[in-house]
Amino acid sequence: MGQTANLLGGGRGEADDPHSLVIRFPESEPLTTDAGVDIFPLTIAYQTYGALNADKSNAVLICHALTGDQHVANVNPVTDKPGWWSTMVGPGKPIDTERYFVICSNVVGGCMGSTGPASTNPRTGQPFGLELPVITIRDMVRAQAKLIDHLGIDQLFCVAGGSMGGMQVLQWAALFPRRVFCAMPIAAAARHSSQNIAFHEVGRQAIMADPEWRGGRYFENNVRPTKGLAVARMAAHITYMSDEALHRKFGRKLQDRESPTFSFDADFQIESYLRHQGSTFVERFDANSYLYVTRAMDYFDLAADYGGSLANAFKGSKTRFCIVSFTSDWLFPTSNSRAIVHALNAGGASVSFVEIDTDKGHDAFLLDVPELLATTRGFLESAARARGLPAPGAVK
Amino acid sequence: MTKAPELSRANESPGAARVDLLLISEMVEPNSRVLDIGCGEGELLKLLAETRNVDARGMELSQRGVNNCVAKGLSVIQGDADIDLVDYPADAFDYVILSQTLQATRQPRVVLENMLRIGRRAIVSFPNFGHWRIRTQLGFKGRMPVTENLSYAWYNTPNIHFCTIRDFVSLTQELSIVIERAVALDTIGAPVRVNAPWWVWNLFGEQAVFLLRRG
Repeated sequence: MGQTANLLGGGRGEADDPHSLVIRFPESEPLTTDAGVDIFPLTIAYQTYGALNADKSNAVLICHALTGDQHVANVNPVTDKPGWWSTMVGPGKPIDTERYFVICSNVVGGCMGSTGPASTNPRTGQPFGLELPVITIRDMVRAQAKLIDHLGIDQLFCVAGGSMGGMQVLQWAALFPRRVFCAMPIAAAARHSSQNIAFHEVGRQAIMADPEWRGGRYFENNVRPTKGLAVARMAAHITYMSDEALHRKFGRKLQDRESPTFSFDADFQIESYLRHQGSTFVERFDANSYLYVTRAMDYFDLAADYGGSLANAFKGSKTRFCIVSFTSDWLFPTSNSRAIVHALNAGGASVSFVEIDTDKGHDAFLLDVPELLATTRGFLESAARARGLPAPGAVK
Repeated sequence: MTKAPELSRANESPGAARVDLLLISEMVEPNSRVLDIGCGEGELLKLLAETRNVDARGMELSQRGVNNCVAKGLSVIQGDADIDLVDYPADAFDYVILSQTLQATRQPRVVLENMLRIGRRAIVSFPNFGHWRIRTQLGFKGRMPVTENLSYAWYNTPNIHFCTIRDFVSLTQELSIVIERAVALDTIGAPVRVNAPWWVWNLFGEQAVFLLRRG
């Protein structure tokens, strides 16, 4: 940390001209947000994999998590690393791109090409910064729906995602039940808990306490609040892992030294690991985006939108659901998933629910967890049969 | 979550289980809504979906069982009959089925009450602890019975609430439950003579299947 970041990188490089497919909606087609403010012109950056079939019935929408992006299964243009869900999505993978047409778009408020605080406001020639209205999960989903409309797809075969992606999946199923044939929210919740809001607030305060944040107008001042953003990432990263996994990976092991240095150096491996997570994160993510996207998660409370009853959100839904949680996930614990299952059962929806035994914590949804891959494959295969999609390799 | 005995039928001899499941599936009206509690690997759910065209849902405690069911395309949730039935709304199903699992629940009476709250009808099958072979082992050998269908020793059995056919009938009376149909199967899986009195069933029935409704 501490080195001067390339201002065209570090969360801004992809904001206006991303290495992605882009749809730029005209000013006459704004996104009306829950905050009551229109976003225009609206830009959505997205990736697709596989081919849409003739009757447009094989589309799978992937919703990404807080710091994810649309690069699900291709090499990420910023980090040069494999796509964030390349264990799950690809040819022959559970979400099989030889069978399904997979779409993933960067969320509104993000920094990878969809309209967000780092995008240039054409009316001022400057980044939107905090002029952008606060975004909600429902705004993200409405923006995705505009993209799906644009692609001419009436009903998505599946909407899937983990963590904040799972929140979007639930919002899709509640907002557009007819347009979602099956839904797979993983490690998700129907509302953000007080504890989760608290962690996010720590992250936001770290960013805003960085003198280089400058009230959100850092790009104009050729600086970036990298220290604050790195601390936010470090704090958040702890919540994605279980105590057990941390102990297994790092324990109390020292970093490249035989004994403690009696200083505030990164003596412990865990300290060194977190510092690395922080410093690589600021190279790819925009601080203001972090404020916006965490806020969207905080505001998410699906039951509150339906008279306080989650069951009402899914009443009469024909969507087939598969809910997945992980035993060691304390950020979005199994009890959150069970609440969704109970609501779906009460609403009479078709629901499967699996709690997967793993010590990998909340991050398990991103990792190579065989039970998750097998569950996804089986659920999608049966849904595909019900939807009448031909098996891969079948004569078209 | 507390670990309860696994509600699965994996340890039964396949022949006996098949007859049991076929019998249950025949009791289910076509095109109805069914919840199978302790659905194991989903054999009954699959049978019901294929032969009776029902909207079949399952609940299973073991992760492996649930994963295998979901992989087969069945709607199954991970759950515990003792804990999770409470959360289902009344009249959600036409039939709630508990096959070979009642004796493994912590509170069989509460489970049975919940079944008939959630479903208009309940189907319960269980091993009959009044069967003559079991009586013989306990009565003459003085040992806890171990049979082909109940192969556990006393110290590792998940079956903590055994009952006889007569015990079960008396519980239904206590709860004002109407028995619509009852079938006892003998050791080879054939139904015991229909008109036989309860004591014959209780002696020669190795397992029993009851179709119940609210009184």
